[in-house]
Amino acid sequence: MNSHWLILPVAIPAMTAALLVLAQAYGLTIQRTLSVGATALQLAAAIGLYMLAGDGEPRVYLLGNWPAPFGIVLVLDRLAATMLLLTGVLAIGVVLASLGDWDRKGRHFHALLQFQLMGINGAFLTGDLFNLFVFFEVLLIASYGLMLHGSGQRRLRAGFHYISINLIGSTVFLFAVGTIYAVTGTLNMADLAVKVPQVAAGNEALLSAGALLLFTVFAVKSAMVPFHWWLPPTYGTTSPAAAAVFAIMTKVGAYSIVRVYTLIFGAEAGPLAGIVTPWILPAAIVTLVLGTIGVLASRGLRDLACYSLIASMGTVLIAIGLFTAESLAAALYYAVQSTLTSAALFLLAGLLVKDADGRLPLAAAALRGNGTLFAGLYFLLAIAMVGMPPLAGFIGKLLILDAARPGPHIVAVWSAILITGLLLTIGFVRAGIDTFWRKPKSDAPSADKRATPILPTAVVAAMIAVLAALSLLAGPLMEDMTATADQLLQPQTYIRAVLGTRHSAAHMGE
Amino acid sequence: MNMTMSMEMLLATGIGAMTAVGVYLILHRRTFPVIMGLTFLSYAVNVFLFAMGRLAIDLPPIVSKTAAGYTDPLPQALVLTAIVITFGMTALIVVLSLRAYLETGSDDVGLGVPPDSADPDGRRDGAAP
Repeated sequence: MNSHWLILPVAIPAMTAALLVLAQAYGLTIQRTLSVGATALQLAAAIGLYMLAGDGEPRVYLLGNWPAPFGIVLVLDRLAATMLLLTGVLAIGVVLASLGDWDRKGRHFHALLQFQLMGINGAFLTGDLFNLFVFFEVLLIASYGLMLHGSGQRRLRAGFHYISINLIGSTVFLFAVGTIYAVTGTLNMADLAVKVPQVAAGNEALLSAGALLLFTVFAVKSAMVPFHWWLPPTYGTTSPAAAAVFAIMTKVGAYSIVRVYTLIFGAEAGPLAGIVTPWILPAAIVTLVLGTIGVLASRGLRDLACYSLIASMGTVLIAIGLFTAESLAAALYYAVQSTLTSAALFLLAGLLVKDADGRLPLAAAALRGNGTLFAGLYFLLAIAMVGMPPLAGFIGKLLILDAARPGPHIVAVWSAILITGLLLTIGFVRAGIDTFWRKPKSDAPSADKRATPILPTAVVAAMIAVLAALSLLAGPLMEDMTATADQLLQPQTYIRAVLGTRHSAAHMGE
Repeated sequence: MNMTMSMEMLLATGIGAMTAVGVYLILHRRTFPVIMGLTFLSYAVNVFLFAMGRLAIDLPPIVSKTAAGYTDPLPQALVLTAIVITFGMTALIVVLSLRAYLETGSDDVGLGVPPDSADPDGRRDGAAP
């Protein structure tokens, strides 16, 4: 099955980004039109691919029509399709929100955003370990630009940290890829899944070193303890639109963990089966706890958004770390809703809080008139983030707790999630009181008469509506996600779909 | 000790030395040594990747009728990609740290703007904070 639709989520943003660089000379309007149009197209493509993947049959796209273990493949299974759809929804929201003011602060915002989307979509689709590295680099390079967009002293300093940690991460990624290639002689994920169980006894140690190095890289990407410290300065100082789109980057790390450690080093990997299982759960619990402490200690809405993102990553990784069908489905559901919640929180914080360099807040002045509106939005997002009913965060946490119920980790998981839930609530309540109920200081900047930025506010509201829809449709969605988790835990279909192409490609060549 | 053995020894110690130098330099608190450290790490990983196809002497990486055997071409392609990416990244981080130095007047990698360079324009001629 060789459908050309699979290349669209990579091709559309790549072409658009190049066009946008050229369109720079012709003003912002044409760039915005192009960017919004392309993002809408990507969303449409993602919806189409989600429907396509719905029948449970992984689709394979051979780049250059080279047969599978030799050429690079793109693979669309349910997990990839779900993540693509999430990216599409998030992207259209961020693009629309940036139209107000944020894309004006520097040049090439939309081009960088499209390159970023290309990298993210590619990372979700690729079926090759080295190609995953390349798409990681694409999304990182774009994110360096986006992170520094608009510039400013604190942003530059945080940017140096961010780029350094990611360069080190890329180096470790290459070491891991090299080690794995040296032992197995392949980098195609499906082929690796076949070769890893057959590894010679003398090479086991080398291969497990490679697998754990790879895990380190993904842990850096997903902000897992002890590699979480780069996130708050980076996301906290960058522009709100960039931070909102970065909310999905941590999920790229989580996605890679799920992909590699179910497919390649999963239950069927012989001596290396479940190699990360002893590491991931404790690290995830500590991540959740440290994120929560960060929320309690944060001094503003931006810090709050950053640390609550770390806490939510901890929750997602706890669910992933259990590696059962129920827990993976719950992790997916929670990851989807927490991405949107985090992104909305970053956008809202951007509307309310001073820029990192003390520039004029967009809506702080408008807050006096529209305080109720913003406070209401914050209230709903806080409900979603700490996991109270009726929004999707509650259902996500409930599913994770339920997934941990039969297992041996029930005490650790339940106490971690429930206690941090309470502490998160306290943190969010306190931040809300500080922001919305305390009287403004007399030396606060006098209210300028700028209107409430309509588009970003509407986007935040729309994301909350999506969260509500996620919780209303939780039943049918969970059926899909359970099917996704089942597909992940039976890698045979994936392997057959990829390696079976050897023959079909030969046919097409005739 | 034959030729491959001594080459393996040389490569392995070379990679180890470059990694050690890279890690040592990255732990500094000035941007310049950190960038040098990153560069050393990327050199080390490039050589490492190159050696992952196993070391072979006098063998071509492309198909040839007269060849007695082949050396694995894939790691060479990987190294090429890695070199291009790290080159671009190094250029970016050099520009970034220069810009940060010019704007904040310090090349310290600490996150807060150092108190003695926090004048509003952020320009300061002296280097050492």
